[in-house]
Amino acid sequence: MIEVDRAGRSFTVGRGSARRTVHAVRDLSFTVGAGEFVGYLGPNGAGKSTTIKMLTGILAPTSGRLRVAGLDPTRRRTALARRIGVVFGQRTTLWWDLPLKDSFQLIRHLYKVDRMDFRRRLDELADLLDLGAFMDTPVRQLSLGQRMRGDVTAALLHDPAVLVLDEPTIGLDVVSKVAMRDFLRRLNAERGTTVLLTTHDLGDIEKLCRRVMLIDHGRLGFDGTLDDLRATAPDGESLEEVVARLYTGPPPEAPASP
Amino acid sequence: MTRDGRGPAAPRAPRAEPPVVRTYLLLAWTWLRASAQYPVSLVMMVLGSFAVNALDVAAIWIIFRHTDSLGGFGLAEVMFLYGTAGMSFALADMLFGNVDRLSHHIRSGSFDTMLIRPASAFVQTATDRFSVHRFGRLAQSAVVLGIALPRLDLPWERAWAVPLMIACGVVIFAAIFTLGGALQFLLTDAPEVANAFTYGGSSLTQYPFSVYGEQLVKGVTFIVPLAFVNWQPALYVLDRPDPLGLPYGLRFAAPLAALLLALAAALAWRAGIRRYRSTGS
Repeated sequence: MIEVDRAGRSFTVGRGSARRTVHAVRDLSFTVGAGEFVGYLGPNGAGKSTTIKMLTGILAPTSGRLRVAGLDPTRRRTALARRIGVVFGQRTTLWWDLPLKDSFQLIRHLYKVDRMDFRRRLDELADLLDLGAFMDTPVRQLSLGQRMRGDVTAALLHDPAVLVLDEPTIGLDVVSKVAMRDFLRRLNAERGTTVLLTTHDLGDIEKLCRRVMLIDHGRLGFDGTLDDLRATAPDGESLEEVVARLYTGPPPEAPASP
Repeated sequence: MTRDGRGPAAPRAPRAEPPVVRTYLLLAWTWLRASAQYPVSLVMMVLGSFAVNALDVAAIWIIFRHTDSLGGFGLAEVMFLYGTAGMSFALADMLFGNVDRLSHHIRSGSFDTMLIRPASAFVQTATDRFSVHRFGRLAQSAVVLGIALPRLDLPWERAWAVPLMIACGVVIFAAIFTLGGALQFLLTDAPEVANAFTYGGSSLTQYPFSVYGEQLVKGVTFIVPLAFVNWQPALYVLDRPDPLGLPYGLRFAAPLAALLLALAAALAWRAGIRRYRSTGS
């Protein structure tokens, strides 16, 4: 479903003599099969967002190749957009000044979703994510938790085969977080939607992901199951400590950060 | 939850993209409704736009109270030049002017959210915050042109070129807006460069080119083709000799100039999207 083959993305920064090349992602390779739920971890600036942006066609890779749902993201951006859903936790894709339901209608037109399919999916999602109370409220007046549920709904109305979530639980309260996780788990289990999730909340990973990939300094540092990840560290270490150790360098030589 | 008949891995036949015009109208209508959420701001913008444009016309009246002709052209002819350039610019600005807000979208990250939708990023940028105040300048230019045309008493064998010259002007201004937008992929802080040619070009084309220096006129004929917005075609419509004695054929070159510039703009926009760097979040 997702194939990344030696993909790299570099940026040229600075001017004149201070000019240098920064490799946000280098030589990255992985595949994600249909129906997988994969957690994508990494410290700030490790290349997570760059990877997500390459997978969704926002950024063109400077080397290597990517395929998502059988398409080259950069060349077939609009075709790919119909087959994937994307949620950015830090910014909304909804129309700020319009009632939530108007944003959904607009998405129906943009994605050319059949009217009946749309009705059915929206009813289902509105029920599962409990949107009923604020369907008529302009997006700017929604709480963060409500808006995030709206964003997730918007990303799923066209029934995408792949869902890419960039920090979907950031800033959510405990209740919203639990509800969101529960929803995502059901989506993956019952509907078979492939999910790629980036997060800094290891609770999301523990509750949702069978497989974890870890990126640091633009390279893949770990790719395996959650149990494999735990096994890299002595017993009794919390997942936070395990991950923090991996962030600072390849185990076991690197000293654990305090 | 049950999955629809098709499996997640089965590649669906790529559906045809919705017609660009339909997408444009849909998004423009959505933004119009969103702007109605702030009625006071809406009314203020319409009034402000009207006042600014009325002052522009007043300036021309004042000039003609002191002189009978401007660069060898009478009042009706100057109003014709003003009206056609104004219509072209107003239409291009109304339809595509917001492309020059691209650097704002890049900095705020909202350009990323445009790229994940199955619609042209260009159309999404152009329709962003579409609002009724965009009609103000168009109405004013139409009024000026409406006054000028009956006074000129154009013969039909020349008048046919008027809609064509306005259309070419729209394409030229739209292409300049787009080039300005494309430039912002490289220089996120340089929308002003583009404004020099769009808003500057709009002011320039309001008056007969015979009032300007020869070097400037040649520059906007052969380098930035603003002369084809209205000046060269108008020489044909008004049946005037070229004050600079440039080749007669140039007055029919507006469609070619518009086409070439539009092509350059489209290529630049594509190249810009390929080079898009997003922001660091």
